[in-house]
Amino acid sequence: MSMVLFDVPGPKARVRHKIMAVVGIAAVLAAIVYVVMRFIVTDQFSSRRLDWINYKQIQLSLVDAIGNTLSAFAVGAVLALAFGAIFAAARLSDHAWVRTPAAVIVEVFRAIPLVIMMFFFYYGLPQAGIKLTAFTAVVVSLMLYNGSVLAEVFRAGINSLPKGQSEAAYALGMRKTQVMTFVLLPQALRAMLPTIISQLVVLLKDTALGFLITYEELLRWGTRIGGDAPNFGRPMISVMIVVAAIYIGLCLLLTWLATYLEKRNRRNKKVIHVDADDIPEMASV
Amino acid sequence: MSVLTNNLDLFLRAFGQTLQLFAVSAVLSLVLGTLLAALRVSPVPVFRGIGTGYVTVLRNTPLTLVFVFFVFAYPLLEILKISEYTAALVALSLYTAAFVCEVVRSGINTVPVGQAEASRALGLTFTQMLGNVVLPQALRSVVPPMTSTMIALLKNTTVASGFAVFQAGNIREALADQGDDVLFGLIWVAIGFIILVLPLTYVQQVFEKRWSVAR
Amino acid sequence: MRVRTLAAVLLTGALALTACGKEGSPTDTAAPAGLFEVAKDVKVDGSPTFEKAKARGNLVIGVKEDQPGLGYKDPTTNKYSGFDIDIARLISAKLGFDPEKIQYKTIQSAAREQALINGDVDYYVGTYTINAGRKEKVGFAGPYFVAGQDLLVKKDNTDITGKDTLKGKKVCSVTGSTPAKRIKDEKLTEEGNVLEFQGYSQCVTKLLNGEVDAVTTDDAILKGYAAAEDGKLKVVGKTFSSEPYGIGLPKEDTALRGKVNDILQASLDDGSWQKIYDGTLGKSGSSAEKPKIDRY
Repeated sequence: MSMVLFDVPGPKARVRHKIMAVVGIAAVLAAIVYVVMRFIVTDQFSSRRLDWINYKQIQLSLVDAIGNTLSAFAVGAVLALAFGAIFAAARLSDHAWVRTPAAVIVEVFRAIPLVIMMFFFYYGLPQAGIKLTAFTAVVVSLMLYNGSVLAEVFRAGINSLPKGQSEAAYALGMRKTQVMTFVLLPQALRAMLPTIISQLVVLLKDTALGFLITYEELLRWGTRIGGDAPNFGRPMISVMIVVAAIYIGLCLLLTWLATYLEKRNRRNKKVIHVDADDIPEMASV
Repeated sequence: MSVLTNNLDLFLRAFGQTLQLFAVSAVLSLVLGTLLAALRVSPVPVFRGIGTGYVTVLRNTPLTLVFVFFVFAYPLLEILKISEYTAALVALSLYTAAFVCEVVRSGINTVPVGQAEASRALGLTFTQMLGNVVLPQALRSVVPPMTSTMIALLKNTTVASGFAVFQAGNIREALADQGDDVLFGLIWVAIGFIILVLPLTYVQQVFEKRWSVAR
Repeated sequence: MRVRTLAAVLLTGALALTACGKEGSPTDTAAPAGLFEVAKDVKVDGSPTFEKAKARGNLVIGVKEDQPGLGYKDPTTNKYSGFDIDIARLISAKLGFDPEKIQYKTIQSAAREQALINGDVDYYVGTYTINAGRKEKVGFAGPYFVAGQDLLVKKDNTDITGKDTLKGKKVCSVTGSTPAKRIKDEKLTEEGNVLEFQGYSQCVTKLLNGEVDAVTTDDAILKGYAAAEDGKLKVVGKTFSSEPYGIGLPKEDTALRGKVNDILQASLDDGSWQKIYDGTLGKSGSSAEKPKIDRY
């Protein structure tokens, strides 16, 4: 296999690659061994510090915490998708008085850090007499930020569709709303599905910011159990490994869903395939 | 308005810290991310595996969790004592590096294989090929998403608020301590970020338009 | 097909997780016997809260859940323990309600007044400082403990002996808390040396690792942590503020307030207050002075 930077390796290169592979494996192993040694030396894997996983109440509270993370994700995702669809449509409107405010709102909410939004809803608004629960503050912030990003994704998706689609629809006598809802949006949605799902992965990860405004989600649960001194001598390391594994698992599940849908789409002849280069890069960080 | 003018010193100091945190972790993550990208496109499968493993783990972990790990869990291992500020730098850099790596890698992959094959056929050395043929072309597809990644990094510095690292995200507590107006204080913080981010977004769009025509 | 397999695997995993598991706590401690004997035929004339509880058959008490030794919910059993909890149980018993039937509600500091005004809880016991502003909204029985801002340090620390020895030392407290504000306002240490986290347990972790030199807040809370860390930490013992902890009650229910004050006075006189202290905060190695009930 030839790659951009390297030609197909010859016999000398293959030997060199093998040596490098051995060195690479050795380096990684050394790093892992060192970290595991530190775990053992500082007694992180003592039976007392791993014992927490055996308790029924702790397992149940873990299930609760995952539930809280997932419910913030689910509600936030639905709201963000709705927000994104509405504002994408508004930005594509023929009327400047709809287009301009929508553009301003989308740009502004993409520029404000999520943490600041959450602080605003949770710590700022009570001053104006509006009290929101931590859950509402998290969900509303997730909606505004991810919704704005999704609005741009939808818009890019619609813009990337071939002109002929809307022209044909208009020629059939459809009105603008009909063209949008029956012709453009469904196609754009399918074409942008991978990007949308990777934005949803971001949304899932961002629920962890609820930690900063005392929302009882998975990460907060982790710091609580990890800081438990009376029973388990602060098993922060082992708890955090479990929490990280859960987050990674959930995100990979979503990503896997994205690739699965993409593959299914590719087989589907009804979908117009948009060249990835036509879509401006949405940094999903 | 008075919240801002009365606390101008606080706002300037906090945003100064934000920019400092951003600048240092931007440099670190660019360096580390490029190295990781080099691993991910290397001809040695093991290196590619290491790069992929790193990116998969870091990209699917919430940044807040990375922070919690370096501020509360890492010190328990008693390896090397680091301050909260350093921990924040490490967390931001390691996390952002995974995204930088992906941007660089996909940039290199957009260059058609034929380009490299042609330059090898012309007898260019590896460095010549990289410097004169591949990188200039890759750069075009790298700069716009890289700007987005850096904008995200700038905003992500606020996550440090929960971890005793002073920056713009802490303006709220400072104002609350003084009994000042938190609501409008936070609005000013938001405006501060908009002022910092919008020019970057503009630059990104300009590059995107100019270079998408050039290709 | 693959989807179904995955779902099946996840489901069995979840079932396996919840189906097995230890009950009870690794550190089960029995409450002092005889302390919480339920009084019979108690009457509190003219107390709507008491009548409501009587009809319900048990008390609903607002507490904290994240302060070991004071108000702590054990994650392995979901049982509450600590000095505040024992005081709450004592009052419940003397009011004629079985302490085992108490329904605890964790109420965050910011929501305490509202919970009492709404009647969500019958009374609140959880490091609730009596002050004039709060007295306008709720009633206070007690104080049942007089805390004061103090410093928690490592056992072998001899440098820090009081608030004036903090210069150049790293001090940790909770974001936006009064103790953190006092340290900054009185400039007891340099600004960069005040670390603020979301919870005291995070500060204590940093203290144990030697990343900060002292943790500061009310001595009652600090004693709870010192007791939980068996002998690794000590409370300096020179308080530099006075925080009388009271039992929060609905403001208009003066009859119940009088009765709770009577119960507290009796417990101070017959030694049960001391027993409760020794069984909880006293484990830190520090002693405490008995409070004087303030009837207003």
